Amino acid sequence: MGIYHLLWLIPALPLLGFLILAIFGLKMPNRAIGIIGCASIGLAALLTIIIGINFLTSPPTGNFYQQTLWTWFSVHGFSPAISFYLDPVSLIFTFVVTFVSFLIHWYSTEYMRGDEGYPRFFAYMNLFVFSMLTLVLANNLLLLYLGWEGVGLCSFLLIGFWYKEQENCYAARKAFIVTRFGDTAMIIGLFLLVKNFNTLNIQDILTKAPSLWQPGATTAFWAAILLLGGALGKSAQLPLQTWLPDAMAGPTPVSALIHAATMVTAGVYLIARMHVLYELAPVVQLIVAIIGAATLLIAGFSALAQRDIKRVLAYSTISQIGYMFLALGVGAWSAAIFHFMIHAFFKGLLFLAAGAVILAMEEEHDMFKMGGLRKKMPVVFWTFLFGSGALAAIPIITAGFYSKDQILFFALASTKGSFWLWLCGFVGAFLTAIYTFRMVFVTFFGEQKKEVHRKPTNSIKIPLIILGILSLIAGFIEIPKAWGNFAPFSSLMNKVMPQVQLAAGMENKEVLLEVITGIIALLGVYLAWQFCLKSPKVLYNFKTTGLGRFIDKFFFKGFMFDQLYDIILVRPVVWLSKIDKRDFVDRIYEAIGNLGLLLNKIFSRTQNGYLRWYVCGLVLGMAVALTIILFV
Amino acid sequence: MMTHIPPNEGLLLAAILFLLGLIGVMTRRNIIYILMCIEIMLNACGLAFVSAGAKWMQADGQVMFIFILAMAAAEVSVGLALILQMHNQHKSVDVNVLNQLKD
Amino acid sequence: MNVIFYIASIIAIMATIMVITGRNAVHSLLFLTVSLLAVGVVFFTLGAPFMAALEVIIYAGAIMVLFVFVVMMLNLGKAYEKMEESWFSYKAWLGPGILCVILLGELIYVFTVTKGSSQPLTVITPQEVGMSLFGPYILGVELAAMLLMAGIIGAYHIGRKKQKEYHRFLQKEEESV
Repeated sequence: MGIYHLLWLIPALPLLGFLILAIFGLKMPNRAIGIIGCASIGLAALLTIIIGINFLTSPPTGNFYQQTLWTWFSVHGFSPAISFYLDPVSLIFTFVVTFVSFLIHWYSTEYMRGDEGYPRFFAYMNLFVFSMLTLVLANNLLLLYLGWEGVGLCSFLLIGFWYKEQENCYAARKAFIVTRFGDTAMIIGLFLLVKNFNTLNIQDILTKAPSLWQPGATTAFWAAILLLGGALGKSAQLPLQTWLPDAMAGPTPVSALIHAATMVTAGVYLIARMHVLYELAPVVQLIVAIIGAATLLIAGFSALAQRDIKRVLAYSTISQIGYMFLALGVGAWSAAIFHFMIHAFFKGLLFLAAGAVILAMEEEHDMFKMGGLRKKMPVVFWTFLFGSGALAAIPIITAGFYSKDQILFFALASTKGSFWLWLCGFVGAFLTAIYTFRMVFVTFFGEQKKEVHRKPTNSIKIPLIILGILSLIAGFIEIPKAWGNFAPFSSLMNKVMPQVQLAAGMENKEVLLEVITGIIALLGVYLAWQFCLKSPKVLYNFKTTGLGRFIDKFFFKGFMFDQLYDIILVRPVVWLSKIDKRDFVDRIYEAIGNLGLLLNKIFSRTQNGYLRWYVCGLVLGMAVALTIILFV
Repeated sequence: MMTHIPPNEGLLLAAILFLLGLIGVMTRRNIIYILMCIEIMLNACGLAFVSAGAKWMQADGQVMFIFILAMAAAEVSVGLALILQMHNQHKSVDVNVLNQLKD
Repeated sequence: MNVIFYIASIIAIMATIMVITGRNAVHSLLFLTVSLLAVGVVFFTLGAPFMAALEVIIYAGAIMVLFVFVVMMLNLGKAYEKMEESWFSYKAWLGPGILCVILLGELIYVFTVTKGSSQPLTVITPQEVGMSLFGPYILGVELAAMLLMAGIIGAYHIGRKKQKEYHRFLQKEEESV
């Protein structure tokens, strides 16, 4: 048990790194900053791996380990603790967060070189990792909420990292405000849970909930849907997805870390963590599945029309998280977490590779101005290709195939699944293959349009290679049932999560589905090749027609959600605040201010510099005090 | 010598002297007079201590008077030096000349 | 003995009134000396002969001599007496007077409310004062010694020479103007 006692160090190390960098960062040389920033995360990752191996070889009793550091506060019997909870789910999340973060930090030492905000960047990043680890390791929902808001804050700080450009600040504000809607719903949900259980301890809630609520109970419905609201905001799902594409304003490692690999999956984690609640509210679970399906389609279509390489990736992130929500919605908890892990590898890789390309192109984001980089940047090209393959779920050789295929199978085969959910996921897979390889072909093939400005160094190449290998082989830890009985990941998950309930007669359809999915992915790649490389004229001609232009614009603007929200939310609020510019509440505060000014005028008269006047004031005060003492 | 002293008369005299000194501080503009009035007030305080000490038949009141005496001596020496400087620099003993510390 | 107390009290009050209403600084100083001597007598009647002696020697003697020296050095003359006359207005006395009358009323009220019994006079000898001074109050004595030291050094430093008319910052301003 010895090693488990070091669990607290995993979040504490990044916090320490943050504190050092925040306090002394400005006075340190950049090299030391990079070392501290990476080492804190690296040690945390190492510790996680050691603890993880220990956990796998000799699991603690009950498959969990809990470490309570101290009681946070205690009010009227409600006393949340600063306490960490390690079980297979949080172990996987902790591993992915620390490991991918470490690679991204390493990469950032090179990527951010020469930026004047170097210490600030690493301080924020370390704070982010600390918050995320608090989120996933928390044993109660209040501590989870602390981490939740912490990652929200860091996301705001990092999106607006280059704050001198106003657009970045707007993007940061948008991300903060949009997620605020979800977070408000979530905190109301927490209040509801406290009212019902008088505790926020996750395990207590999960064990008590089935005895308190019948399946389909109204309170369970509200609690589940309010928590879902928080998850939708953080994970950028419909209808709160609009912030994520704009969040690409931050530096590329930030996009990789926050908006792809880790933070946005906090919603997935929350729902997986509270799975009992969702099983008690089947309506909400269905909503989760529908939202996931709708989001993955909308984001997929939007990604087709993007020109900015990072925005394509952003929409693909939304789409892939849509898959995870779909899996959660059909009760395939393990599949969702599996896809999370694989997605973290390949999406982190894709963003980092895109960052290397952007660096080489002198901050050029438009992929139609790149092209032909295959020969100039072979390492980046090959790793990017691996990541794209995983994203597009190219059969057998990539990890993404195994995770996505599992989700698609369960979407159809689970008792909670249906043909329509499967169809959405299936079309989504097709779209994914198209937009992913459109991106690959446009960026790396064709004629070269711009010179390579800055060659990637080892600090960039090595993380890419590691993630590239993982994008290929990480899927082999979960072989489909039809191929053989080798699934250590889901057997680990199933220790704490319920297994998927398969509908009758579905077991043997898995191979068929795999074949179809594989074919559709390859077909998507072929189409991308056909229209982007071989005969781009066809697409160009289509775009110049009226309908084509409309569809292009509609997809490019992400189904016009921004415009819709502008009309139904932003403008009414602005209008209301304009007509209510001088309401009476303001008057009260103005009056207080004016009273202060008036008193200032009166009393400053008494400061006339005459000694005798001051003595008179003293004596008057003495008389008043004596009167009060004697007669009152 | 077996006389009885009234308990409060000494304190009353101290109060009257103190207030007379206070009136002087508040009304006079000549800084020498202000210093004199402060002496009167200090002396009245000493008187209050001594009469209180007499009432309780304790030596502490008189000890306090000695402290006040020491303080008055120190205060007068510094105060008079300040008056000399003031007269040197401003050619005046009017405290209203020294009103430059207002806001 | 009581008669002596009352007579001395009246003399002290009258002399003090003469001090605060005086026009001539030297005259006021003499009245102040009278007042202090009268208070010395009051000390004697209160059974504090040692304090009476100190009052006469230090207050009426040493401190007043200092005052007289300073007044002589300033050599204010007739012009100042006229100026005092002009400062001596009814308006300047009204407010402080009222305030002090209120305070006096309140203090008299306190003394009448807490009327204790009169008690026999006990003389507290210098020996007792000395025992107390160098017993429980030894720390106070040391502090008083330091205070006197500070007073001497301060007086020497401040009164040493004719200093510049302005503070150095003000002087710079003056030069630039």
